[in-house]
Amino acid sequence: MKFGVVVFPGSNCDEDMVYVLKNILGQQVVKLWHKDHNLQGVDMIVLPGGFSYGDYLRSGAIAKFSPIMNEVTEFAKKGGYVLGVCNGFQILCEAQLLPGTLIHNTSHRFICKNQFIVADNNVSPINASIPLDRVLNIPIAHGEGCYYADVETIKEIEDNAQVLFRYCNPEGHITEDANPNGSVNNIAGVTNIHRNVFGMMPHPERAADEELGNTDGRLIFESLLNHMMANV
Amino acid sequence: MKFRVDVNIMPHKALLDPQGKAVCHNMPNVGITGVSEVRIGKHIQMILEATDEEDARQKADESCRKILVNPITESYEFSIYPI
Repeated sequence: MKFGVVVFPGSNCDEDMVYVLKNILGQQVVKLWHKDHNLQGVDMIVLPGGFSYGDYLRSGAIAKFSPIMNEVTEFAKKGGYVLGVCNGFQILCEAQLLPGTLIHNTSHRFICKNQFIVADNNVSPINASIPLDRVLNIPIAHGEGCYYADVETIKEIEDNAQVLFRYCNPEGHITEDANPNGSVNNIAGVTNIHRNVFGMMPHPERAADEELGNTDGRLIFESLLNHMMANV
Repeated sequence: MKFRVDVNIMPHKALLDPQGKAVCHNMPNVGITGVSEVRIGKHIQMILEATDEEDARQKADESCRKILVNPITESYEFSIYPI
């Protein structure tokens, strides 16, 4: 599979993402500069974490107007796979490719720690291969990671199984204490109605290399790859 | 004609405003009592060129809708002054 990792001014997790996709998962990867218009025939686009445009105005609010976002939007609307991690998730929400938005953590502090999450269902490519009782330990690092949408939207995405992951405790229980940032119903990641655009605040690319002592994130990439390979 | 646009952006009432809450809770620490609520938003000032006030109003509204405001979490109002 060929992945395209978009680099915005202020992206800072692009190298990690490229490393994991290329060196750990053995995939072909190209970097796509935000001013590019050529997606180079990629099978999947990844918007990495970071602080695009310094998080000015709102996280992702300016990046959504980057030239390449026209192509990303067109690609997504045609059913192409798009993954946004952390700042990438915020950009996808601002670009209205995903429902809801990310606001300041309720603690109003930047949170950087390992966090347990659990797949909410197995109906999207990104969580299809992850057992529902398998608790994943994935790092989070964000100041604006509190997932918010109005009551109707939350009901809609929950009814449609568009919630990908939820924050949980080490036993896999979805409790208020296990919610690091105040996200509505512990939501850590969502997909669109067509299940081809994925956004999540936790960083699976930071938990994929054995050298780092935690490879839980690899399960997320492998779930995506399993699905993509099966549908070539 | 040049106009100054003052935009006020506020988080929706339904939204928890942790920043405002923290400030509100600390008011007694500086000797100010009786403050029951603080909500914190953004104030944005723009200078723009427009043919008349109506044109300026349309440009300001378009700016708010397209970039300055996220309608999921924020509401806005603005005032226009010829300069």
